[in-house]
Amino acid sequence: MTATTLDMLLLALGVFGVMVGLTALGEALRARLGTHENHPVIETYMTRVRSWWAMVILLSLALLSGRTGVLILFGFVSFAALREFLTLTAKSQADHIALATAFFMILPAQYILIGMDWPGLFSILIPVYAFLLLPIVSVLRGDANRFLIRVAETQWGLMICVYCASHLPALMTLDIVGYGDRAVLLIAFLVLVVQLGDLLEYYFGRRLGGRRVAPGISPKTWAGMAAGIASAALIGGLLHWVTPFGPLGAMAMAAVATTTGLFGNIVFAAIRRDKGVKDWSHLIPGQGGIMDQLDSVAFAAPVFYHLTRLIWG
Amino acid sequence: MDKTNPLRRALARLVGHAITLFARFITAVRADWRGIEPVRRQRVYFANHTSNGDMPMIWSVLPPALRRDTRPVAAADYWLRNRLRAFVGAEVFRAVLIDRRPEARSEDPMAKIIAALDEGASLIIFPEGNRNMGTNPLLPFKAGLYNIGRAHPRVDLVPAWIANLNTIMPKGEVIPLPLICTVTFGAPLHIGEGEDKDAFLARAAAALLALAPRQSGGAA
Repeated sequence: MTATTLDMLLLALGVFGVMVGLTALGEALRARLGTHENHPVIETYMTRVRSWWAMVILLSLALLSGRTGVLILFGFVSFAALREFLTLTAKSQADHIALATAFFMILPAQYILIGMDWPGLFSILIPVYAFLLLPIVSVLRGDANRFLIRVAETQWGLMICVYCASHLPALMTLDIVGYGDRAVLLIAFLVLVVQLGDLLEYYFGRRLGGRRVAPGISPKTWAGMAAGIASAALIGGLLHWVTPFGPLGAMAMAAVATTTGLFGNIVFAAIRRDKGVKDWSHLIPGQGGIMDQLDSVAFAAPVFYHLTRLIWG
Repeated sequence: MDKTNPLRRALARLVGHAITLFARFITAVRADWRGIEPVRRQRVYFANHTSNGDMPMIWSVLPPALRRDTRPVAAADYWLRNRLRAFVGAEVFRAVLIDRRPEARSEDPMAKIIAALDEGASLIIFPEGNRNMGTNPLLPFKAGLYNIGRAHPRVDLVPAWIANLNTIMPKGEVIPLPLICTVTFGAPLHIGEGEDKDAFLARAAAALLALAPRQSGGAA
């Protein structure tokens, strides 16, 4: 067993430990209220815990199986997220081929380029080539009605669900001196700190109250955000042994990633409000859609990727 | 063709599973049981019709126990065009095949539908008769739904709105787009005491249309 696999197993065991604790907490609350009463808050909580279990197990298996497994997992995550996003964007039948191209050609191509370790191309495929190609494909069908809105919303979906999200598996392609094949651990680090930061921000935000960051869009408060970012930094510091950043570096990276993620979360709250939906879909029981889980991580991933590459690459 | 051949029945079940899996993979299709519970009762699900994928979508979201009792009413001229379609239509979906062309048919289509109900089957029907290609959300309903309700007054007539399928698989396109499809089931209807055909059909169409989601994505 390599040192990387061992660290990954340790990390997985740690996360499983936390999950066992969360599950036990729910069961204890259930037992205290008696078995016959179905308490809606506890049942919602338990549904969420079950969905977290599924996510933790899937991600652990993918990371342990190596590069191909990670690419396939995130390829499907991008697919499911793009499906939710483009369900709500403006489109007409003239866009049919362009949208099929986005799903069945651009998306796989992005992940194949990452698998081929070709950063020169995977970092411009969507922002340059898909950006130029898709409106050409649409315009050939000759429908100018709301053309710019259709093209722009499709491009935005591709950027966030495919381009940004694919920077998570792209972390595996980074060559970091003295870090060897351990770059795959950075994926676990980023997902963990951003997701836990989200969760703790929610918890502290409810307790602390205070002034809102974006009134009318999101209930997030400045105090809750600060507490969430600080706790994410602490968690990042505790997990520094899986990163090449060192304790202080890991804290700073966790804080930057969580800050970006939380603001990304607010951006997505505005998009949901604009489209008149509460959740992106019902794919994950108790949590809404894939997009509801992915928004903060997708915002954080490119920033995290480029900082790592610039400073430690 | 021996329809009782166990191998053939196993193949039909397998193809049925493949169809539901494909529908889930492409559209993550989901049922919203807004007006009824997914329980075994004799029902006639009536839905809007914009795409050839409509019937497989409703069929896929029904829980297996309900799906086994439910037969779609479909056009014989479409489902008997070749041997593959004849297998899928008659043996996978177990469709009640009716001929839409009065000059070609030997049986009264309504008699076939009523016979299927007499046997205890639930049905899926598209009361607009044809696929809706226009900008109106619904075409005027044909009389069939009313005649069914008169012949079997105890059967629930359940409106089912299929959202998004005209974007997922519009007429003339070959590749289905992977977008999310939702089937919303409304509260059951029955023909009222002394309610005439036009009044009932208008009420049924309104109940179906009320299930349509507000269009937020714009051009559909």
